[in-house]
Amino acid sequence: MNALAAIRSLLRTDLKVGRVVPPAGYTARLTIFTSGAMAFLAVFALALSLATGRLADRWGAELARTATVRISAPAGQVEAQTQAALRVLETTPGIARSRALDREEEQALLEPWFGPDLPLEGLPVPRLIEVIEEGEGYDRDGLRLRLQAEAPGAVLDDHTRWRAPLIRAADRLRLLGLAALLLIAAATAAMITLAAQAALAANSQVIRVLRLVGARDVYIAHAFVRRFTLRALAGAAGGTLAGMLAIALLPRAGAEGGFLTGLGFQGAHWLWPLCIPVLAAIVALLATRVAAFRSLGELT
Amino acid sequence: MQRLKRLRLLGKRVAVWTVVEGAQVIELADVSYSYGGGALLSDINLSLGPGSFHFLTGPSGAGKTTLLKLCYAELLPTSGRVALFEEDVRTMDRDAVARLRRRVGVVHQDCQFLDHLSVAENVALPLTVAGRDVAAQASNLKELLGWVGLTAQAESRPPQLSGGERQRAALARAVIMDPEVIIADEPTGNIDWDMSLRLLTLLIELNRMGKMILIASHDLNLIRSAKSEVAARVLRIRNRSVQLAAVDL
Ligand SMILES: Nc1ncnc2c1ncn2[C@@H]1O[C@H](COP(=O)(O)OP(=O)(O)OP(=O)(O)O)[C@@H](O)[C@H]1O
Ligand SMILES: [Mg+2]
Repeated sequence: MNALAAIRSLLRTDLKVGRVVPPAGYTARLTIFTSGAMAFLAVFALALSLATGRLADRWGAELARTATVRISAPAGQVEAQTQAALRVLETTPGIARSRALDREEEQALLEPWFGPDLPLEGLPVPRLIEVIEEGEGYDRDGLRLRLQAEAPGAVLDDHTRWRAPLIRAADRLRLLGLAALLLIAAATAAMITLAAQAALAANSQVIRVLRLVGARDVYIAHAFVRRFTLRALAGAAGGTLAGMLAIALLPRAGAEGGFLTGLGFQGAHWLWPLCIPVLAAIVALLATRVAAFRSLGELT
Repeated sequence: MQRLKRLRLLGKRVAVWTVVEGAQVIELADVSYSYGGGALLSDINLSLGPGSFHFLTGPSGAGKTTLLKLCYAELLPTSGRVALFEEDVRTMDRDAVARLRRRVGVVHQDCQFLDHLSVAENVALPLTVAGRDVAAQASNLKELLGWVGLTAQAESRPPQLSGGERQRAALARAVIMDPEVIIADEPTGNIDWDMSLRLLTLLIELNRMGKMILIASHDLNLIRSAKSEVAARVLRIRNRSVQLAAVDL
């Protein structure tokens, strides 16, 4: 409620408060440009964070749902061990389906490396069983032990080995995106502080007169805070819109694009960038307020 | 002393006049001031009561402006105690100083204005910064501008005013809040005799309404004219100290 009242008092067309400080020159344009540019960058950092987050979730989810059992055994035992392994898998809770790949499918998997005419029959190629999980998944260690007992040549490969670094990379990218957002906010605060200090210094005579006729510090600070907040809001709104437009117009490369085309907003995520102008306004409000009270404190 | 006290009564602000015997509006006790070098003013004892009318004279550079600044808390004494409305200026926080300046109208020697606002807006500035409804006081403002002869210049910008017009505008700004005390630093410095008398008449009238007046001035003729109208006393700065001047100047 308090914040709401503060914002309402800020937006009220209080011409008097706005006008006691003379209309500013370049600091106004500087603030609008800076917050616009920062908002534009923030949109991309946000898109990166959201997209990598999405990617990590998807990789995690997709890869976690499948596993492979590989059976390498002397030629005579392969079929028996495959059947044994399938029986074990059928009775394992958390596994929806399991299915041995047939020769054609194995051929298709190896084709990219060995060409279409590979005579699999003559080679000790292991049999592969595809395992699809359900619910909470299965107990990996328990399954490994049981497979070892029933089919000594069976090896469970649950993809965690190569999934983990991918997800770690995606998570790291998401963190970098968030760090970029924080840096953008800090840089905005720094630049608005500088602009506010310049405006306060340029208006020191005005501030002196206002103090002499009985203006309280909050009144004077408010005049500056109001200005810079509205400017940051306007600039950031423009920058955010431009950034969102740029992302909406990113060329689509279909499935092959993979990660690159994933860099966008999806569904409700389009609402996230709308927070950027509000945050920019809050950053400007706080930065100007601190700068104003500090420079007013140096005045008698 | 008559003093305006604001009491919060049943959630309503009620102005109550209370009489406090012997209270002084401006009190300086053993006050010294220096700008960093030797003492400009030393061991000054002064107490100005409500409703009094004082002139402050002395040669140029004697420290008249400095003494006035001590009297409205723009400067703090190097040593000694300055109390305004019974409150020590050293213990006042910045908001208290701001509130104090609404009770003390000041005409500064180097009348400063906000050049981007009109003369009328500058005169109304104390109302604006105090959050008063300026529109509701429009007729007061107009009357006041008429009093100081600035009706025609109401919409001009301060840089377009002559020196005398600036001083009249400064006086108007000093009295618009209906302050209890009016302090004026050379208010007639750039004004012809007729206009000076007119401003003096305004100040005397304000004094008759119970306001305390303190004017720094070189102008002996002005002081003589005032003394024929009101019981004005003359303070003179000499040898870093303030003395009450002889009855006849
Ligand atoms: N801010 C300041 N810093 C240093 N010295 C100052 C400052 N202001 C005034 N002085 C010095 O203090 C002395 C008194 O100045 P002040 O303005 O009080 O004199 P005054 O009596 O008002 O003179 P005048 O009649 O010319 O207005 C002068 O010598 C002046 O140079
Ligand atoms: Mg002076």
